Amino acid sequence: MVEFDGVGLRYGPDAEVLSDISFNLQPGSFYFLTGASGAGKTSLLKMLYLAQRPSRGIVRLFGEDLVSMPRQRLPGFRRRIGVVFQDFRLIPHLSARDNIALPLRIAGVGEDDLSGPVGEMLSWIGLGDRAEAHPATLSGGEQQRVAIARAVIARPQLLVADEPTGNVDPEMATRLLGLFEALNRLGTTVVVATHDIHLISRIENAQMMRLEKGRLADPTGALRYPPANRA
Amino acid sequence: MIIPRVPVQHRRLLPDRRLSGPTPWVIAILMMLTLLAAAAGVGLARSANAIGSAIAGRVTVQIVTPNPVTRAEQAAALRRAAAAQPFVLSARAVDREELQATLGQWFGSETNGEGGDDPVLNSLPLPALVDIDFVGENRRRHMQELRALVAAEAPGARIIPHAEWLGPVAQLIGSLAWIAGALVILMTLASAAVVIMTARAALGTHFATIEMLHLIGATDRQITRLFQRRIAIDTAYGIALGTAVAAALLLLIGWQWAGVTSGLAATASLGPGGWALLLALPLLAIALAALTARQTLLAALKKIL
Ligand SMILES: Nc1ncnc2c1ncn2[C@@H]1O[C@H](COP(=O)(O)OP(=O)(O)OP(=O)(O)O)[C@@H](O)[C@H]1O
Ligand SMILES: [Mg+2]
Repeated sequence: MVEFDGVGLRYGPDAEVLSDISFNLQPGSFYFLTGASGAGKTSLLKMLYLAQRPSRGIVRLFGEDLVSMPRQRLPGFRRRIGVVFQDFRLIPHLSARDNIALPLRIAGVGEDDLSGPVGEMLSWIGLGDRAEAHPATLSGGEQQRVAIARAVIARPQLLVADEPTGNVDPEMATRLLGLFEALNRLGTTVVVATHDIHLISRIENAQMMRLEKGRLADPTGALRYPPANRA
Repeated sequence: MIIPRVPVQHRRLLPDRRLSGPTPWVIAILMMLTLLAAAAGVGLARSANAIGSAIAGRVTVQIVTPNPVTRAEQAAALRRAAAAQPFVLSARAVDREELQATLGQWFGSETNGEGGDDPVLNSLPLPALVDIDFVGENRRRHMQELRALVAAEAPGARIIPHAEWLGPVAQLIGSLAWIAGALVILMTLASAAVVIMTARAALGTHFATIEMLHLIGATDRQITRLFQRRIAIDTAYGIALGTAVAAALLLLIGWQWAGVTSGLAATASLGPGGWALLLALPLLAIALAALTARQTLLAALKKIL
């Protein structure tokens, strides 16, 4: 599904913020990515959702080498990935409804086919009555829910979430995690970066990846050579 | 293609207000100046050509024989002989009244209407003039033949080719036409620069939106169409406004010109080709703006992963 081999990343001429990252994500699995603030979680996820090419090493996604992939093939891959950004990145002049519908519209889904799913998603995240509200008029937690809805609306094969529960109350956090779990059961591979240890214990069979100062702690080698791969 | 089709729901991705305030106005001013320069260029080029071809093959023979009777006879004989030559298109003796009328303007006499009752003017020993137009282009040869003819019919007469004294005027007008043409090209480049700056500014303003669109899988083409549509519409407004003002000015100038100098008006008109060019310019400008915007946008998007 996703394969990193000896990946390093540096921003400009500075020292590498990520070094020697190697792992193998299994299709349909659930991963938590933890680490102290500044350890490089967001940087790693950026390479995962194709916002950043690595400085060195190999990144393979859906079986294809991304480092040498020509630019014009990237949109096709990005449409198979859902992203929840740490800072939401909702489009400020679009309503909650239009923000959520965006991935479907970009993918060319007709208006008749998308109004149903978008409406359902809105009521599921508890914002049915705020559908026409603009992000600036929503609370932080509400914006976060819209961002999550936008990430999952197109049923991505890979869901990448950066601190998706940082701004919601514990109850809503559980609910959103339930959504990720449901998607995961339908086959979506999920990667969630979080500081929240309690969250991690809530998902059975979830695997944990831990970043320490730009390096992946993987003492057992299970991330690099998962049991399914070793067989 | 020029103004791309973008689904209504996608249009909302760009906020509704105009992309960048002054662009349509700057484009309008540039378009107006371009059209005026183009009209001036076409008009000047046409009058330079008209003057050039009117004077190229024309000479005036000036007969200054002192005896007025002999002078008139020589003039008549020369006119007849010249008219019979195969290289002469037409030969015409200039009337004494016509000469007096022209000179009267210089002397300040009231010759128009009443005729030559000015004693000074009447007493002047005016030369007899014969205007001759040559056939074809071979001027040098025709001049030799004419010189022989004049020596036989009116010895001592002077031959004055018009090209010698009107030529520089035609050349000057021709240069002005070239300058007008150069101005059209420069203003077209300036308009393209304005469009490029507008496109870059739009990309800067909406960078966060563009980045977001990229990350959810929008193609460069989708994003470009969105911006190209808005820029094309903005510049089309400017071009329409500039064209309307230029058209009004040209009609006004044409109307005044016709009233002032009916004689020259014909040489300074634009002609069907000129009007077609002026009509084509705004359409070309819209196409150029759209293509410029498109190329700028695609080039800028390539720099983002
Ligand atoms: N665009 C950038 N340019 C230069 N340096 C960057 C950039 N983005 C991140 N960094 C640096 O890379 C390191 C890792 O940052 P990153 O955002 O990946 O950390 P993080 O683990 O997501 O932290 P947090 O938990 O606070 O979100 C930091 O030292 C940061 O300063
Ligand atoms: Mg982060």
